[in-house]
Amino acid sequence: MSAGKRSNEPIVWILFGMGGFLVAFFLPVHVLFYGLLFPAGMVHAPSYQQTLALVRHPLARVYLFALLTFCFFHAAHRMRSTMLDVLNLRHLNTVIAFLCYGGALVGTVFTVWLLMTV
Amino acid sequence: MSDTIILEVARFNPEDGGEPSYQSFEVPLRPDWMVLDGLNHIKDQLDGSLAFRWSCRMGICGSCGMMVNGVPTLTCETLLMNYAPGPVRVAPLDHFPVVKDLVVDLDDFLAKLQKVRPWVVRKDDFKPAREFMQSPAQLEAFHQFSLCINCTLCYAACPVSGLDPDFIGPAAIALAHRYNLDSRDQGIEDRLDIVSQHEGIWDCTVVGECSVVCPKHVDPSLAIQQFKLTATKEWFKSFLLPRGKH
Repeated sequence: MSAGKRSNEPIVWILFGMGGFLVAFFLPVHVLFYGLLFPAGMVHAPSYQQTLALVRHPLARVYLFALLTFCFFHAAHRMRSTMLDVLNLRHLNTVIAFLCYGGALVGTVFTVWLLMTV
Repeated sequence: MSDTIILEVARFNPEDGGEPSYQSFEVPLRPDWMVLDGLNHIKDQLDGSLAFRWSCRMGICGSCGMMVNGVPTLTCETLLMNYAPGPVRVAPLDHFPVVKDLVVDLDDFLAKLQKVRPWVVRKDDFKPAREFMQSPAQLEAFHQFSLCINCTLCYAACPVSGLDPDFIGPAAIALAHRYNLDSRDQGIEDRLDIVSQHEGIWDCTVVGECSVVCPKHVDPSLAIQQFKLTATKEWFKSFLLPRGKH
């Protein structure tokens, strides 16, 4: 390998890294409250109207946009790496990258639509 | 406890045209014997045709790395007693072509190592009249990465090295990083041109086995992740300021 073209991987890597941080620190809080504590009645659950009002707050929308989109790209990068290395599909790298990051992009567009219309 | 142990040693001689196989040898099991002492006993007393590399016997030269029971290991600093009652399986390092028996071909590794320019690169005509002063903090920045002895255990441990023969690999990237972090060095741009290609840092999926097997406690996995951050900053810089690159 000689001095050649530097990879464009940094863009997906930094999205993966940011997503990893959010997945590790923020997502568990949501899973804990909405997946366990609220349904089990261990903590008083907010009503539907209260939750809707919270989601409609501009800061909450920005937060949810960042949380969801970065998580999508984190998942996409992990799934791509898994398919390339664990399933040994390196020869399909371009197709797999297109599907994984494309899926994350679709998720991002859907998230924007959802947050704008909710 | 038995005072002997069975070593199952990988044999392969391309001149015979034979298939790789394992041959069992019974060697003395002494409390102070390393796996390498067992191999030397075979070479001296049982079968002089066994080929393996070794030199310093003290974990410095990095030439006696082998797969011991499937784990990349420096045989000169691993007690035979650890594997009692045996048998112990000794094989050449994974992910390298085998020359003969336990000897692997390191040409590809050495070529990769040279490409990342693991030495102090200067871009100016700096000719110091005296020693180049370096503070303890500046030394600390790269010290752990300078402890690499090129034993290539990390290449044998790295699954990506096995999947992609073009991957520059843990030791070479850690050493490139070591010089990038050196306050005397100005070669980071040259190294980024090599290491920031796909077959460089971006091939690494942070399995981390390189850092687990390193006998000198270098952390190549950390070096690669730090290098990724540097390369990412440079990528964004060149994206935002395309003319900034000279």
